[in-house]
Amino acid sequence: MKTRSPLMSLMVAMAKGFVRDKMTLFWSVAFPLMFLVLFGGIFTDQGAAKLDVVQVGQVSVLDDLPKLARETLGEGFTVEKRQSLDAALQKLKDGDIDGVVTQRGDEVVIHFSAADQVKAAQVQGWFSGLVQVANQAATDTPPKFKLTTEQVEDEGLKQIQYVTPSLLGWAVAMSAAFGAALNLVSWRVNGLLRRLRLAPIPTSSVVMARVGVSLVVALGQAAIFIGLATALFGLKLSGWWPLVIPLLAAGTLAFLSIGMLGGAISKTEEGAIGLANFIVLPMAFLSGSFFPLDGAPTWLQIISNCLPLKHLNQGMLDVMVRDQGPSAIVLPMIILLGFALVLGGIAAKLFRWDT
Amino acid sequence: MGASITVEGLVMTYGSLRAVDDISFTVAPGEFFGLLGPNGAGKTTTLETVEGLRKATAGRVDIDGFDPWKRQPELQRRIGVQLQASSFFERLTAREQLSTFAALYGIGPERADALLEQVGLVEKAGDPVEKLSGGQKQRLSIACALVHDPEVLFLDEPTAALDPQSRRNLWDFLQGLNDSGRTVILTTHYMEEAETLCDRVAIIDHGRILELDTPDALIRGLDVPTRISLEPEAIGLDEARALPGALDVQQTAGSVVIETREPGPLLAELASRDALAGLAVSKGTLEDVFLSRTGREYRA
Repeated sequence: MKTRSPLMSLMVAMAKGFVRDKMTLFWSVAFPLMFLVLFGGIFTDQGAAKLDVVQVGQVSVLDDLPKLARETLGEGFTVEKRQSLDAALQKLKDGDIDGVVTQRGDEVVIHFSAADQVKAAQVQGWFSGLVQVANQAATDTPPKFKLTTEQVEDEGLKQIQYVTPSLLGWAVAMSAAFGAALNLVSWRVNGLLRRLRLAPIPTSSVVMARVGVSLVVALGQAAIFIGLATALFGLKLSGWWPLVIPLLAAGTLAFLSIGMLGGAISKTEEGAIGLANFIVLPMAFLSGSFFPLDGAPTWLQIISNCLPLKHLNQGMLDVMVRDQGPSAIVLPMIILLGFALVLGGIAAKLFRWDT
Repeated sequence: MGASITVEGLVMTYGSLRAVDDISFTVAPGEFFGLLGPNGAGKTTTLETVEGLRKATAGRVDIDGFDPWKRQPELQRRIGVQLQASSFFERLTAREQLSTFAALYGIGPERADALLEQVGLVEKAGDPVEKLSGGQKQRLSIACALVHDPEVLFLDEPTAALDPQSRRNLWDFLQGLNDSGRTVILTTHYMEEAETLCDRVAIIDHGRILELDTPDALIRGLDVPTRISLEPEAIGLDEARALPGALDVQQTAGSVVIETREPGPLLAELASRDALAGLAVSKGTLEDVFLSRTGREYRA
């Protein structure tokens, strides 16, 4: 056997400790994967939720619709015919259906529920369109304008396209922060840091070993996430996706420094876990790891922009699914490395060898 | 092989507490030196300052010309440290602990097997450190300190929290450690341990050295009488009091105890009277020295 360098031997020792700890392995790999399956697998079709409408009696705009038009309509709509208006209205009130349509003479009447305003608006929009088409057909002149809709993304940004980079960002943040905080505190509590201090190695090699292990873990997480999302949920990567590697490296450094700071402050392992959770979980929510923040209020978006994970997520989305090139990672990289530098510096100031 | 250690006027203060209060001693190459004292006496603080883990408030520590606080690799390669807590890499096996420490000193992993053999842990080589018993952990911890064959070895309460069997077992191992000329410094609060292992012992309390000498000299200096105990049937109390050199005679539950400063003539007299039934002779122990110097009041 060959003699390992001190740095390599510390890395191997850390990595073995990590792999052999089933709990840590679960929280940093299996747990985020569960979320990927949840968000990616189960909610995939939610974006195209269908509208259920009940038709009571004759409604000429629907009945006279050509078969082809009905079928196209059918993709987003199901129209069910019922006899009783009262029963249909009750179902609408209960939230089982999204609209009730009847006709009084030349008047098409839409009943809707204010409980789900989005669907109510969709139902109204659809029927106002139908009425327009019927009116125009009644004048017997060919339509002058035609509306064509085209989506910007080739297949549309399917759910999995969004959740894979975002959840990966969260997973990397979690394992880097937890790994560093726990490692530091448990080695300090059991006296190993003091022991290492008396070995003829530079003190920085302990930190360098941690950085090395966390980088390997982050790349492993990326491989598992991307592999699984591609194989099972149809993730389509854009050509620049390998740029996630430098992004993840910079992100790992930023979250490591958060963990180091937590580890420097905490006295016990329990305290370190709590502190890392306290930082990483809210950060994941505010950085859009679980859902997009496009609709969030401005003040929330400002907070979000102060968090490193937000920029990692943004950068990864850009290069993995939005087909953006190297220029998209420049700003996120600068911000992430800046975080690493500042927080790492503070952590080094607060660092203690023993309890 | 073997380095000398000089400690001069060492003072460590934490706020108003003087944990170490002007301690001086020297340790010769190849010597087995003990710091003996009750818990909180300042012996661990003293040891850690000598190791280079703490910076002295005042005073000087010198190991073969090096100041240990300055963390120089040349010195660190020459000292081995076994810390009070068992400081291991989590979830690594006994062999992996040793080969990892070996690599930190630029030594190949084959050294691990030699050490496992030496400390009798060959059968436990593949077990994670968490599964080892207290005594096995201590032996592994000492093996980790010996991985680079250091000239100076520091042992901080190596037998604390061990049962009597494991403790004696470990003493047998520790006894040979300075044979090759290695200097060993040990802290302990077990008198018997210091008496068995150490060439010289410093008795420390309240951050000061109270006595410093070989265990034998310390006991001699204490000037406690030799105690000779016999079966009650062997000799009458009045007869015993009339023996040459008898200072005090007491009757206890199962024996008659005679104290004397001249055990030779007294024992000869007893032998001539054929009154040796149940004979046991004991002189003072380091414990007597310790208690006479540190006081007997109970300390939590």
